[in-house]
Amino acid sequence: MKTDDLIKAIAEDGAASARPLSLRVLVALGIGGLLAAALFAQALGVRPDIGSAMQTWRFVGKVVITLTCFAAALWATAQLSRPDAEPRTALAAFSLPMLLLGLAIGVELASSSAGTWSARAMGSNSRLCLASITLLSVAPLVALLVALRAGAPRSPAMAGAAAGLLAGGLGAVLYAIHCPDDSPLFVALWYVPAVALVVLAGAAAGSRVLRW
Amino acid sequence: MRAGMRGDARSYHRLLQELAPVLRGLASRGFAQHRLGPEDVEDVVQETLLAVHLKRHTWDERQPLFPWVYAIARNKLIDNLRRRGRQAHLPIDDIGESLAVSELPAEMNGVDAERVIARLKGRQREIVVAISIEGASARQVAQRLGMTEGAVRVALHRALKSLARAFRADPP
Repeated sequence: MKTDDLIKAIAEDGAASARPLSLRVLVALGIGGLLAAALFAQALGVRPDIGSAMQTWRFVGKVVITLTCFAAALWATAQLSRPDAEPRTALAAFSLPMLLLGLAIGVELASSSAGTWSARAMGSNSRLCLASITLLSVAPLVALLVALRAGAPRSPAMAGAAAGLLAGGLGAVLYAIHCPDDSPLFVALWYVPAVALVVLAGAAAGSRVLRW
Repeated sequence: MRAGMRGDARSYHRLLQELAPVLRGLASRGFAQHRLGPEDVEDVVQETLLAVHLKRHTWDERQPLFPWVYAIARNKLIDNLRRRGRQAHLPIDDIGESLAVSELPAEMNGVDAERVIARLKGRQREIVVAISIEGASARQVAQRLGMTEGAVRVALHRALKSLARAFRADPP
């Protein structure tokens, strides 16, 4: 087949715009998010003392950190699904929530006595935390990977990792409003590995299913 | 491309025709860097054009078009080299130089493309051949095959997707 002939076929297929990638990502996030929220409502639910918790900096900090992770990952996912992506984007997305977490840890260490640190870090629900965040992330991750198959990532593994961070971030936001452990030390010790697991899963899946 | 995105078929056709020689220059340079002959250049050109078309929604209209096209071409060139077991490393900074390539090799048929198009299934292949090689329009093909124009378009779109997939799966 001559290239000119192929061009004829492509032009006949038309350029009329396909749905933009960002829209597909948002739809996938909506579907995956609804499924995760349903699972959350069924299995976990919002903590009963949410009203008084919202008055404390630890709870607010925890929610802000997980939301930041979610927002940075949303931006990174959209960027990294393009062929001309700047890989440093990913670094920015990962470091922003970590920076906030580091700050919160600093405040926590300065404002509480050393004797309470290990109890704060271990919390009361660590295993539930690991399991919940990863399980809540499954539906969003699958939906995102399906949507991103329309993308053209420069690095499929990196795009998958960003999708994992996004799904993990969503799971973390949901879990954060259930979990009674608010210390940044607990977040660092349990939320971070749980989300990291989802990131790794996303990278592994992405390097397979996001090739184009 | 912007006009094309708004459904102006003629500018889209012209854009693709203008991209082809630029991509040809890029691919020949890439192959030359790896001391490879130009046999497969046209395959990279065609694979890139298909990807530009099928992935056009990943282009941000506020950005210039060429870096995006170049990124796709680079990706497809590396894929092609990898399929042949070459270690591929292309400098990123040869955008300007490759744009300057004006002496282009005569157009050749894609080598893989022949095999790849042969893999399309009956209807899809008929439609692609009629539109590309015979230059028919979707409407004419629809009349000839007794299908609706919409069905022809859907089949054509699927055929282009299978072409892209077949390129990827094609062994060296």
